[in-house]
Amino acid sequence: MNVVVCVKQIPDPAAPGALKPDTHTLDRSGKLIMDDSDNYGVEMALQLAGGEGDEVTLVSMAPGGETSGLRTGLAMGAAKAILISDDALAGSDALGTAKVLAAAIARANPDLVVMATESTDGYTGTLPVQVAELMGLPSVTFAKAIAVDGSSVKVERQTEAGYDEVVVPLPALVTVTAGVVEPRYPSFKGIMAAKSKPVDNLTVADLGIDASQVGAAGAGQEITDVSPAEERAGGEIVVDEGDGAQRVVAFLEQLKVV
Amino acid sequence: MAIDKIWVLAETTDGAPTPVTLELLTEAREVGSTVEAVAWGADAAALAGPLGEYGATTVYDVGDVGDVLPGVPVAAAVAALVQGGNAPDAILFPATYEGRDIAGRLSVKLDKPVLTNVTGLTESDGGLASQHPAFGGNLIVTAKFTGEGPGLFVIRAKSFAAEPSGGAAAAVAAAPVPDVASTNTAKVTERHVEERSGPKLDEAAVVVSGGRGLGDAANYALIEELAKLLHGAAGASRAIVDAGWVPYSHQVGQTGKTVKPTVYMACGISGATQHLVGMKGSKNIIAINKDKEAPIFSVADLGIVGDVHKVLPALIEALKAKG
Ligand SMILES: Cc1cc2nc3c(=O)[nH]c(=O)nc-3n(C[C@H](O)[C@H](O)[C@H](O)COP(=O)(O)OP(=O)(O)OC[C@H]3O[C@@H](n4cnc5c(N)ncnc54)[C@H](O)[C@@H]3O)c2cc1C
Ligand SMILES: Nc1ncnc2c1ncn2[C@@H]1O[C@H](COP(=O)(O)O)[C@@H](O)[C@H]1O
Repeated sequence: MNVVVCVKQIPDPAAPGALKPDTHTLDRSGKLIMDDSDNYGVEMALQLAGGEGDEVTLVSMAPGGETSGLRTGLAMGAAKAILISDDALAGSDALGTAKVLAAAIARANPDLVVMATESTDGYTGTLPVQVAELMGLPSVTFAKAIAVDGSSVKVERQTEAGYDEVVVPLPALVTVTAGVVEPRYPSFKGIMAAKSKPVDNLTVADLGIDASQVGAAGAGQEITDVSPAEERAGGEIVVDEGDGAQRVVAFLEQLKVV
Repeated sequence: MAIDKIWVLAETTDGAPTPVTLELLTEAREVGSTVEAVAWGADAAALAGPLGEYGATTVYDVGDVGDVLPGVPVAAAVAALVQGGNAPDAILFPATYEGRDIAGRLSVKLDKPVLTNVTGLTESDGGLASQHPAFGGNLIVTAKFTGEGPGLFVIRAKSFAAEPSGGAAAAVAAAPVPDVASTNTAKVTERHVEERSGPKLDEAAVVVSGGRGLGDAANYALIEELAKLLHGAAGASRAIVDAGWVPYSHQVGQTGKTVKPTVYMACGISGATQHLVGMKGSKNIIAINKDKEAPIFSVADLGIVGDVHKVLPALIEALKAKG
């Protein structure tokens, strides 16, 4: 079975994020890492495609030929990666990104495509479904468990009320939540091996995509303003000296909640 | 160009429109002159009354989609309506599971982008601009579409207050599903409903939420007991949902529910931006955390720097003593 996992490479969320003052887009200069949200997809794929002849391919679109995040996924055990990096892609919206990813994923001819439900820095939550529609694949979003059963996958999909069991024939696209599996840490051996695993570098032209469809040129949306939100007035912070519970009770009484 | 027609994707629970559906209809009335709804399900036509009461003049009835996930068939039906010459200026989707699936599929069918995580809509140069919280809600980003409509907006729950318009029952028009056989294959084989007692998380006046600081799953009982004593609902951070301590339906935040109760109590929750975005609109926030630097304290009206294992049992005792 061939599984493709999309891996987004993002600025370290632990470092304070910023919007570029001129374009109001996220500042993605500096070193990028694998989005933690995609850890779960990589692990799930490795577990589902761990047999003889199975293969896990990573796909990422990122600026500046960035591969640090991809190396993390390769170190976890993926066999190879496809990276789409092209100056023409700067400023892409989700639909433009989906077009690029869909074209790149198709090259790996996957039985199953795994993506995260939403990324840490973009969180549109619609991009994976756009990829599925572009590729003509069925999709199941919000998976909290996945099992492959012959030529179909069985997914436990989170719902408002609990979860649904969903069965979908392959090929299909599934998006995973962080609850789907416990990701492994790359081993030293894995990290060393990742250095020599193949990364296929592609441009927009390689994918046969018209550059006017993607990047800032193809983006159908723009940011017109960024303003600070109304701040909450500062509250009272007290250290519990055994009276913490009483402070809470007094606060609730004042609000007439008790 | 004024904003004339707006469509709202209507969702239901137990045969009635969901609260977010009514919120979107109300806001659609604010910014547009004609409001219409799209609904699916065996008895979508029965929604003509309740949707009309919130301002919809027509309900496009996609009909029963069977056991499949609704993303594919509903998006195809809406695309057919739009391409049939009936295009609205904007379509509003609730940021729910189905809402996102349908918006994503439709966006490709129409080759239009989607604006997601919307919490506000305003008129701008005769079009619609949308507001989006960024960096945990510290910044508000305003965005708009640059091309032709319809503009697709995926909107977070509780962004607007629902108000009935007292409108008459909507007209019902059929919106049949075109042939989508190749992608319409994700079938629900079984539904699992988690039992919950007490008020609903997104409707309760008091929400008591627990996070990883509780230490282990068994301690979540303290959260449930406290919620019950306060006639409220029990919520959770994503960390403990992912860890399997509580079902997903308890999750508050970016990927979970948005809550705006009178009192929100965060116990052993750090206050990550993705959590804050789901509860920052609460009227009063109480936080209990042993780390005085925890970001949750930046939004707290009352912050207790302390150990949940001490403060929560004492609080439960004190409330019980009050009777
Ligand atoms: C795309 C995306 C979407 C997300 N969506 C959500 C979402 O919807 N909701 C959500 O909540 N998170 C969400 N997250 C995750 C979020 O980033 C945090 O990881 C999560 O909220 C942390 O949960 P926590 O506060 O329980 O755990 P931690 O961050 O581990 O915090 C535990 C806290 O407990 C305190 N503590 C420890 N022991 C004690 C004690 N004995 N007494 C008192 N305090 C104690 C610690 O000081 C700490 O502050 C999302 C993340 C991503 C990337
Ligand atoms: N540039 C990208 N490269 C690879 N995968 C991506 C990229 N952008 C988004 N994805 C995938 O799509 C998911 C949803 O992204 P988002 O729409 O930003 O929430 C991410 O978690 C990734 O799995």
